[in-house]
Amino acid sequence: MAAPSNNPPLLEVKNLRVEFPTRRGTLLAVDDVSFDIAPGEVLGVVGESGAGKSLTGNAIIGLLEPPGRIAGGEIRLEGRRIDDLPYEEMRKVRGARIGAIFQDPLTSLNPLYSVGHQLIETIQTHLPLSSAEARTRALDLLKEVGIPGAETRIDHYPHQFSGGMRQRVVIALALCAGPRLIVADEPTTALDVSIQAQIIALLKRLCREHGTAVMLVTHDMGVIAETADRVAVMYAGRIAEIGPVRDVVKHAKHPYTKGLMGSIPSLGVRTERLTQIDGAMPRLTEIPTGCAFNPRCTERGGRCLVERPDLMAVGATRAACWQHDRGGVGPAIVREAVDA
Amino acid sequence: MFVFILKRLLQSVAVLLAVGFVAFSLFRYVGDPINAMVGQDTSAEERETLREKLGLNDPAPIQFLTFIANAAQGKFGLSYRTSEPVGRMILERVPATLELSFCAAIFALFVGVPMGVYTGLYPRHWTSQLFQAVSLIGVSLPTFLIGIVLILIFAVWLKLLPSFGRGETVDLGWWTTNFLTWSGLKALILPSITLGLFQLTLLMRLVRSEMLEVMRTDYIKFARARGLTNRAINFGHALKNTLVPVITVAGLQLGALIAFAIVTETVFAWPGVGQLFIQSVQFADIPVMAAYLLLIGLLFVVINLTVDLLYFAVDPRLRSQGGAARVAGH
Ligand SMILES: Nc1ncnc2c1ncn2[C@@H]1O[C@H](COP(=O)(O)OP(=O)(O)OP(=O)(O)O)[C@@H](O)[C@H]1O
Ligand code: SF4
Ligand SMILES: [Mg+2]
Repeated sequence: MAAPSNNPPLLEVKNLRVEFPTRRGTLLAVDDVSFDIAPGEVLGVVGESGAGKSLTGNAIIGLLEPPGRIAGGEIRLEGRRIDDLPYEEMRKVRGARIGAIFQDPLTSLNPLYSVGHQLIETIQTHLPLSSAEARTRALDLLKEVGIPGAETRIDHYPHQFSGGMRQRVVIALALCAGPRLIVADEPTTALDVSIQAQIIALLKRLCREHGTAVMLVTHDMGVIAETADRVAVMYAGRIAEIGPVRDVVKHAKHPYTKGLMGSIPSLGVRTERLTQIDGAMPRLTEIPTGCAFNPRCTERGGRCLVERPDLMAVGATRAACWQHDRGGVGPAIVREAVDA
Repeated sequence: MFVFILKRLLQSVAVLLAVGFVAFSLFRYVGDPINAMVGQDTSAEERETLREKLGLNDPAPIQFLTFIANAAQGKFGLSYRTSEPVGRMILERVPATLELSFCAAIFALFVGVPMGVYTGLYPRHWTSQLFQAVSLIGVSLPTFLIGIVLILIFAVWLKLLPSFGRGETVDLGWWTTNFLTWSGLKALILPSITLGLFQLTLLMRLVRSEMLEVMRTDYIKFARARGLTNRAINFGHALKNTLVPVITVAGLQLGALIAFAIVTETVFAWPGVGQLFIQSVQFADIPVMAAYLLLIGLLFVVINLTVDLLYFAVDPRLRSQGGAARVAGH
């Protein structure tokens, strides 16, 4: 249910760069990433471990852990620039306009406070409600996320809930002040496989009902295919391909995406080939010149070793691959490189 | 929870019996009490009568039981040195030690914990580095040296504070207190600082490392993502999670404060039980030593029990587990 394209985007990320100063120079972990999310839209973000998905999400919610920092670009929410807000201003945005859900529900909740306390505290931080009103709202939210017996459970402590139930509470916490966007970073990875689907379905339903947009970071292409409106594929700190989910999943334009689709056989979406991508993503210090994917790419040409491709439109999708440029990938590489 | 407390109580009794046994052994094996009590010219016959009268000829287990029964009623016999009842001698001096330890504990707690929170929240700030450096001095210098230096500065050079004694005290009948006179309060300052400094630095370092640890946890990150204020995060969420270890250490250190007040009391000629103990050791005044041992043992046991109960108040996980595992994950 992507919003019509004439709507202004809810979130705009433009040329985002995230870097880490280290003793041996500065590491560029997110390199020139741009994308939009429309109101109510679910953007899936996939990519290998270390691709920069979490850093991008953390940059959006303003919680990059030092020494990581935004080195360039801008982030706008509802047209307002938020990447350069002072801490206190950004704090008011977090929770209120942008919610976040992290990977591990077991550790996301403070063990010493009841879930009701944590909900009410968040609600009252952002909304001018009395304690009684906040409690009612908390109770409604707990019911909404499907906590059975919410009236008694509201006073229970996190350790009295199962992992799945805790992640439901976390979702309630992320939604409790009515944010327009939720950044969900692998919200089900730590959960039992049997409840992963439930949690994703819940997240999807609630966000649809509340009109909340989601940036959903996940490794699970099945989840993406089922949940997302659009998908962004990240590789070595850059977006390799971004587009409507059907196009990306069924007609991937970037060789990396093709490999990624192939490496997950159980997605319930038919792919012609079951390719595995040989090799591993390069470390940040060893990103090759030209296309970062070139050591692993079976379709590369001479140009790929020299020039770095930017995203270019291919139908409804955009992909960072010279195959889709008028100039092509360049001359075939004769000598088979062994560096992969 | 009830079962847990009952278990703890039984353990406490066992500990006290063990301490009692050590105290009792002092009587039996450290010197002959009769020698200490009578003059050189007492005849062997008279000694034997006294022995019989004091129950020293009974079998050891009987003597032990008598000892424990008496101790439970606060009867420790007469001091070899002053021939006064030991119970009374100790009770007279308990207020001095407790008031000193109390002030030292307050000092350590109310300065050490905030310093720890601060250095934990802003580890890179220069004041934190300064606190860290000063705290190193605090843990490494011996108490008596700190006491002497303080005396030198504030009593000898600046002549601001007294260097020894309790000053004027007010007798409330069952308790003599420093808190009601100006000179009594002034007399408390230097000894309290001397006694509390080590615990202050210990608490500061503990709170600091616990804070650093907690600030890295997922639930703090999530609390930030929920947009809670720094105040709520630092004090509501982070500090509360450092409390369990802090309570443990603070509790045990309170016991240590009282027990190791000995050195401070000696340096400042503070008329507390510690000073009494030192005098008793010099005179091999076994009844006083034994009573002191038991008193300290009792103190540690009571503090430990209190600490256990505080855990329940702080940590909901314990309340439902019945305390089987002492805060797993800490
Ligand atoms: N504190 C740091 N110092 C240096 N490099 C870092 C730091 N934190 C992250 N990185 C680097 O940034 C890159 C991107 O990390 P990020 O956490 O965004 O990956 P990810 O795509 O979320 O991976 P995963 O799927 O494993 O969560 C990684 O290569 C990582 O090594
Ligand atoms: S640009 Fe070249 S190396 Fe990179 S993905 Fe496309 S074909 Fe492969
Ligand atoms: Mg991640």
